[in-house]
Formats: sequence, C-alpha cells, structure tokens
Amino acid sequence: MVESWQGYRGRVREILLAAGLDIGDEVEVVKPDGEVYRGYLMSRYEHAEDGYIVIKLRNGYNIGIAITEGVVIRRVGPGPKPAFKRPEPPKLDPNLPHVSIISTGGTIASRVDYRTGAVKPALTSEDLITLVPEIAEKAYVEAEILLSKFSENMTPSDWDKIAQKIDEKIRSGYSGVVISHGTDTMHYTAAALSFALAGTPIPVVLVGAQRSSDRPSSDAATNLIAAVQIAAYAPFGEVVVAMHDWHSDNVIAIHRGTRVVKMHTSSRDAFRSVNAEPIAYLRNNELVLNDEHYNKRGSNSYDYRPGFSDEAALVKFYPSLSPAIIEYFLERGFRGIILEGTGLGHVASNWIPTLRKAIEMGVFIGMTSQCRFGRVNMYVYDNGRDIKRVGVTPLEDMLSETALVKLMWVLARTRELEDVRRMMLTPIAGELGYRTLPSSMRPEQT
Amino acid sequence: MNYEELGLRVGIEIHRQLDTERKLFCNCKTTPSGGGRIIEFTRWLRETQSELGEIDPAARFEMKKMRRIIYRADTECTCLVEMDEEPPHMLNEEAVRIALTVAKLLGARPVDEIHVMRKIVIDGSNTTGFQRTCIVATGGRIVIDGFEVPIQTITLEEDAARIVESTPTHVIYDLSRLGIPLIEVSTAPVITSPEQAVKTAYALGKILRATRRVKRGIGTIRQDLNISIRGTGIIEVKGVQELDLIPKIIDYEARRLRHLLGLMEELKKRGITPENIQAERPVDVTDIFASTTSRVVSRKISEGGRVYALRLPGFCGLLRSIDDEGVRLGKDLSEYAKAWGGVEGIFHSDELPAYGITQKEVEAVASRLNLKPIDAFVLVADREREVLEALDAVKNRAAEAITTVPGETRGPRPDGTTFYMRPRPGSARMYPETDIPPLIITQSLLEEIASNLPPTLDELASSLSKKHGLSSQLIWELIDSERLEEFEELVGIGIQPGFAASFLTEGYKELRREGYPVDEVEFSKVKEYFELVVRGVTAKESAKQVLSYLSRNPSSSVGEALDKLGLRAPPLEEVVEQIDRLIAEITSEQPHSDPTGPLMGRLMKIYRGRIDGAFLSELVKKRLSALRNR
Repeated sequence: MVESWQGYRGRVREILLAAGLDIGDEVEVVKPDGEVYRGYLMSRYEHAEDGYIVIKLRNGYNIGIAITEGVVIRRVGPGPKPAFKRPEPPKLDPNLPHVSIISTGGTIASRVDYRTGAVKPALTSEDLITLVPEIAEKAYVEAEILLSKFSENMTPSDWDKIAQKIDEKIRSGYSGVVISHGTDTMHYTAAALSFALAGTPIPVVLVGAQRSSDRPSSDAATNLIAAVQIAAYAPFGEVVVAMHDWHSDNVIAIHRGTRVVKMHTSSRDAFRSVNAEPIAYLRNNELVLNDEHYNKRGSNSYDYRPGFSDEAALVKFYPSLSPAIIEYFLERGFRGIILEGTGLGHVASNWIPTLRKAIEMGVFIGMTSQCRFGRVNMYVYDNGRDIKRVGVTPLEDMLSETALVKLMWVLARTRELEDVRRMMLTPIAGELGYRTLPSSMRPEQT
Repeated sequence: MNYEELGLRVGIEIHRQLDTERKLFCNCKTTPSGGGRIIEFTRWLRETQSELGEIDPAARFEMKKMRRIIYRADTECTCLVEMDEEPPHMLNEEAVRIALTVAKLLGARPVDEIHVMRKIVIDGSNTTGFQRTCIVATGGRIVIDGFEVPIQTITLEEDAARIVESTPTHVIYDLSRLGIPLIEVSTAPVITSPEQAVKTAYALGKILRATRRVKRGIGTIRQDLNISIRGTGIIEVKGVQELDLIPKIIDYEARRLRHLLGLMEELKKRGITPENIQAERPVDVTDIFASTTSRVVSRKISEGGRVYALRLPGFCGLLRSIDDEGVRLGKDLSEYAKAWGGVEGIFHSDELPAYGITQKEVEAVASRLNLKPIDAFVLVADREREVLEALDAVKNRAAEAITTVPGETRGPRPDGTTFYMRPRPGSARMYPETDIPPLIITQSLLEEIASNLPPTLDELASSLSKKHGLSSQLIWELIDSERLEEFEELVGIGIQPGFAASFLTEGYKELRREGYPVDEVEFSKVKEYFELVVRGVTAKESAKQVLSYLSRNPSSSVGEALDKLGLRAPPLEEVVEQIDRLIAEITSEQPHSDPTGPLMGRLMKIYRGRIDGAFLSELVKKRLSALRNR
C-alpha cells in the first residue's frame, strides 16, 4: 500500500509535507506561467489521480491544480479555525418513555464541516437531539455507540453483540430500543434479532437511511423520528424495521424483522415486506396498525436466546450451476444449506445425487424460492417431488435471507437433522405464514 | 442620477441553459414535452448543521417556514436522480466541452481538475437540498467600449426545479427543469453604470450564443445583478430575464439604496438606537377594529385573526416616500412582513387614515401605544402566529435601518422595481459532492476545443449575410431575436432565405403587435407548415395567416389550420382548367396584347395563399406556350 497523507500520495505528498502544510492552511500556488491561485488546502478524494492538489477558493468552490514541474506552493498561514458552538440541545423530559438508541454503523445524524467537507457523525445523545430535536418531544432518549461498521462487514458475532446489548436494555426497563444500522444488510440483522429476542416485551426498531444524514434531504431524520415514536409508543413487542414506505417523507412503513428485504439499491423505499404486509405505518406521524397479529407490548413470552452458527450457507441456483458447489460446502464441514431454487422450489435434476449425499451426511438442505413472492411447493412437478423425496425441506413462504439466518440460529442450538428440520418449520418470530394473500393495493401515499 | 458620485458598483452573473442532449448528472433528456406519467411526492428539507454551529440566515429563513414540499415528476424527463432517489451519474462531458469553449472565447483559464460541489439551498428548488455546481474556469475578460470587465468564474451547475404554486403551508415544484445544465459567467463588481451593465450582459450573451449550443426562448436565460452603492450592503437581484430591465433595475436599486442611506442619517440625527426599536413589543389592538370599515381588517378578524400594532420610535414620516419615485421604507417593511410572516401586508401610520381605517381608529391605536408625535406604528391583521412573525421581521428590519443598509436577495418586477425575497446567504455553504469523482481536464481536450472554436457572432453574421445575399441588419435581427437557428432550418428545407428571414423577424413582429401570441407557437409546427409549402400543398403567402391562427388555437395541427382557413391548393387539373378558361377570356377581350400580366393578376386573386406565385407563373408560362404551339 502506497503511503498516503489526507489522500495525497507520492511526489505531491512529499511536496506538501516538505512545505509544512496542514489541511485547512491557506496556500498560494504559482504556476510556471505566472497564474496564481489562492485558497485553503483540502484533503484529496482517496481514489483520485495522483499529481493534483485540491484547494478551496475564497468563494467556497474546490478546484484541482496539477502539480507539474515548476509549480510553487507556498504556505500563507493557517486557515480560519472553526470554533464549534453547539446550539443548546432541547431539554429531555424524564417523564416521557425512555428509549435507548444504539448505533451500529452508518450515521443517523451528522454535521458538515464546510471548510473541509468532512462529515462528522453525532456521537452523543446531546449531539443527536441537537440535530434531530423532534425526538426529544417524543421520548427521553439515551444514545450510545456499540459498533461502527459498514453493514456489509457485519457478521453473526456482531448480531450477538447487538442482541446482548438490547437484552440489557430490555431488562433495565426501557420502553423501546432503536438500532441505527447501515441499510445493506439491515434485513439480516433484523431477522437475527427477531430470533435471538423472540417475544421481546418492547419494540426493537431497526432504522437506517438511504440518503446520508449530511444532506438536507436525508431520510435519516424522518426515519429516526418514526423509529423513536414506535419504540416509545407502539402497542407491540416486535423486532421491526422502520423505513420510508415510498418516495414521500410522510409515510414510514414498519416491517416485521423476518419479513423484510432491501429491494432497491438507492431509493428511500428500498425496504419491502414480502409475503406479508407491514405491521404498521406511521402516516403523518400517526400510527396506523396494519396487522392485528403481533406480540403485545409487555407480554411475558420473552425468550432471549442468542448465538448463531457460521456453518450455514445460502446458494442461489442458476441454470447450469454445478452441484459441485454443494460438495465444496460439505468438504468445509457446513451443517446446513438453504437453496434459493427456481419457481416453486427447484434445482436441476442432476443435483439429486449430491443432495441425497449431503442429507445422508446429516446436513440440512432447505428450499426457498428466488421468486421472492409466494410459497414453495415441491409436489407440483416430478423434479420437485424427486428433490423432496431425497430429504430436502421445503420452507413454505420464508424469505431466503431469513431462512439462512434462522438456520444459523437453529444450528447453534442443535445439530440433529431431525431437530433442525422441526425447528426450521416451527414459527418463532413470524417468519412463516400459512396463508398467502393477494397483493394489496399500495396504501395511499399522502 | 450621478452614479459615479453614489459609488455604484454592479457585477453580473449570466445563467443560461445549455442545449445538451442529456441533463448534467443523469441520462434524462433536456427537452421536456410533458407527455410522461406524472407522480407526486412529499418531502421536507432540514438544514444540515455546519461544523461551525452557525445557522445560515437564508437557511433559517426557509426553515422557519417549514413548508411541505410537493414535487411533481414527469417520468418522460425525470428519473430517480432528480427525485434524489439515485446517486448522480458522472458529469456530462458535452456540457463541460461547451463551458470550456466559452472559457476559451472569454480568455478564461480552465481549472486542471473539476470538483463538483454541493451548495446548500433549502427552499425546495433542489430535491437534494443543495445545488450541484462546479468551477470550470477562472479569470478572463470582456471589453466594453474600451473598458475591461474581468470575469471571475465560469461555472456549470444544475438548473433548479420550477415552482408551480406557493402558499404559506406548501410549495409545489415541477422537476422537469431540474438538472438541465446551466452555465454561469460572473463578472467582477466593477460596472459603474446601468448602460455599461446592459452592454456587458449583451456582450456576454453574444459569446454564449456564439457556441450555438445554448437553449433559446423564455426561461432559458437569467441574469443576477449584484448591486451596491458606497456605504451599503450588496443587493442581489435574482433572475432578471429581459435585458431591457437591467438598467431600470440598477437605477431603481441605486435610488432605493440612496434613500435608505438618507434615512439612516435622519434616524441617527433623531437619536434613535436599534435598542429603542428592539425594546418594542407588539400590542393587540383587535378591539379597536371590532367594527372597522376596512374590508381587509374586518375579513381577517371574522376569520379568527388578530390585529397587532407595533410602535416604531422616531420613524414618523420616514416610512412614506419622500422623493415621489416609488421608493419608501414602508414598502420594504411590508415585504419583510410578507416574506417572513406570510401575511398579506401591513398598514403604517404614515399612510393612515386610508384603506377604510379611520382617523378615530388611528388615534385610538396611537393612544394605546403611547405614540409620541415623532413615532410611527405598523399594523398587521392576520392569524396571530403569522402576525407576530411578521411584526418581528418588521421590528428587526427597522432596527437595522438605523445602522446599516443591509444586503438582501431581491426579486425583479416587470416594471423594473424589485421586492425583498430573503436574506443573502452567509459565506458559501459548500462542500464536496463526494458521489462524483473529480474530472481531469486534459491538455488534448483543451487543444481539441481550441482548434474547433465556433466563429463569433459578428463573423457568423457577415458570412451569413454574404452567403444568403441578405443585409447584415436583417441577419442581426435574426440573431437578436434568437431565431437564427430557425432561419437556418427553414432555408435548409428549401425556403427562400429572404422570405424566411423577413417572416421570422418582421412577420412575427407584426403579428405580435396585433396581439397574437405568436412566440408561443412551437417552431416544429412552423417548420411543418413550410414543408407543406415546399411540397406545394399550400403557398408561403399564407404564412402569417397560418401562424396567427395557430397562436390563437394552440391545440390545432397545421393540417387543421389549412383546412379551417381554406388554404390548401386545389388539384392541379382544376388550376389548369381555370388557366385555360381565363386565357380564352382574356384573349377574347384583348386579342392583340400579351395575356400574361392580366392572367397572373386574376389568378392571384383566386389562389393567393393557396398556390405559390412563382409556381403559378411557371404554370402559366407552360400553358401559354402549349396553347401557342397548338
């Protein structure tokens, strides 16, 4: 790895360091032809080309200047140092429901340093309520940071850490918990917490943002306000995901943690409930319940069971995929595989011998569908019947991601194939449904 | 007015849409036609806190309103990027090339690497809450009558969404325009007279048009004027569309600023301090107006509103105009009240009694406020919250008037006056657009641009005048009316240049004078009409008739216009028969003279506007020689 200073590498880095420059210093750059630029030295975009420096002109614009032979960089002096004056945070009312906000990554609230362009995340409760004062009107919030991870870097052991932290909060009497989370794998974490914290007596609300919190249009604040409101007041004890229902800011959908997936790379309404409706909506700050089957707030069904095995895998079948992929997992000692098959739950017929072998070795093979919507049924076609016959377990209308997470959770409790099968088909946290309903009209958006 | 004595300084920013195929940061086309599926969605914007912890005055202004923002997206020319639902794509290189061409024409120096910035704008005109903008070049100059006006920057930015409707509770924007590339050329604030300003704007406009790659028509060009006189803040007048307004606005602002400076002196003389003003509190005087004859006030009260009065110590006589030129502080205070409080307006004591408010009511208010003869007061009637906001703004503005003439963002009115819009934004609230990597401007690109520079408009005019045998005055009329491209298109399909030029200039002018909204007729229809002329379906003599019809019947097609007006050429056989019949008639009347003249006369009477004269004359010649040969 090339040594880099504030994004500068190689010769330019040498020149800047030799000139004794700091980011934010006022500099004068004189080109060989006499052209003079004056501004403040900025850090450089990590992946940009070498050989340029970035300065911020007095009018606020950044420009890049090529540092070619004969260019002279002179330090004029230190740039203006900002003295951060945080506005007075609103008073928290201890008589309001107590809500714990646990940050695991992403920035749910931040402020911008307009000199350097740096985005500074809100770290403390005070920071958070200063930036999103509305939450102080809804709850007595306490914020803390548990992890600072991009969600794609999360592992089952992180799920355990989060579950453990929430369990502490549940036991110490909070009215609700909000987990801020990067969105990419938020639905995996949501499923994991749903199993680990099954029957939670308080709402556990995962929340994220599709637009970063440093922009005025960010969905972070509206989602966070909704999450705090749900955590504080919802009548259910469930693990849920609170995100925009559509492109508008005024409807937030509350999805069941085992029924939700991220279905768009960038849009605010990326999270959708599949094979189920959202439990509730917050429409113009008003809670609208959408499903009467939920675990009631304060119920005594709470069963804290953390722990996830990493011996489970998810394989998406595609035409021509070789069953050797299964052999690979068997050799590595995996104890269970979720197949994301085609249509009603199929893989090519040449997979059958390998599947039989795996199951004979005691490895659990479960079938979900890459159609996402609908239920698997392996009785309709011959091939399906054959696959079923060798012992593959059809997983009803369970989402592939949820099935994987559940299998990890189940394998952490038993390794007996029959027990695994039984547990996989026993509903724990709303992950299985036995009636599939027609898709409903999209709710009214405004 | 002696502008020099006042120390007038003006800078101009010209914004013009570029005629690129795609928008600046996505693949949507830049020619909205309103044919797509429309969706509407609701958003709120919140100010991003700066690391400095300070709150920007312009941002606070918008935040205070907390209006619901409703966006209307036409999917024909709007995608998830404009909806702020997808990250921006790479900077449009076609737009960069045009900007670099302008830079070259102005002798500006391109940056080595373009960095796209986010400039915070939270009035809703950008779905993101910021406008993406980047400097393409710095420096350069334009010379006006021997006076050099330096160029500060040439930037590329995304055009904002168009406002459709604005109420105190919500604002509706149409997203079609959002993201169309805009070039902005800013001069240094060195211009010292209204005439010099308009000449500079015209000259810069000519340079932009020389690229032949800018959009034309209403709304494609906007000028911002930064105006100050010695001792005042800078007034930024936003979005001036017509060149003719520039000198009027500058003159108006110079007078307004001079007037405000005069008031400042007077207030100091009277010994008033800002603290005197800030100590005042609005007083509820609704009871005084319980049976008022003022329609506005009684309507507001009946709707549940309140009437409040605010004393302005020492302001007596200073709120009304003192120079009969329409400039008065009272008007400014009223605009502040409207902008900050969302109220309809104010009444002030310098103009009362009037508007149905009686002397008795004025006296009652004065006594309630313990008004001294040197004091003034302001009245506002509306919902209580709005009234208090409005009076707060009035109070702050009045207090300010004692120590300074504040910088403001103002909007232009069609008569050349201006109105208060919002405070000027604080120092640039800009940060890098991290979703877009910087773009290196290579030497080879600059060389390519330098060797493909378009001719200047002067060069173009003289070459076109030579090529088409038209007077250079006529060509300049085409250029100034922005119809040069249309002229070239018509000539391209075979319309005689002289006719095309005079139709596009004189023809339009004449119909406009007669009250036809001809500028609203899409050029595609005009072109379609001329294509029919070329094909002999109708005759060019009917051009004005058709254009005027289309301007009054915007949903009519060209074909329908021809049918309605009876301007389709009859079948050829019918014309030939007619010619033969007339030849027989004329030769029997005057057997010894050439029948051509009278024949054409009678034929034109019948077929004017339906058959082209030249074509008819050709036909007549053929028939005559055929008959002679017989």
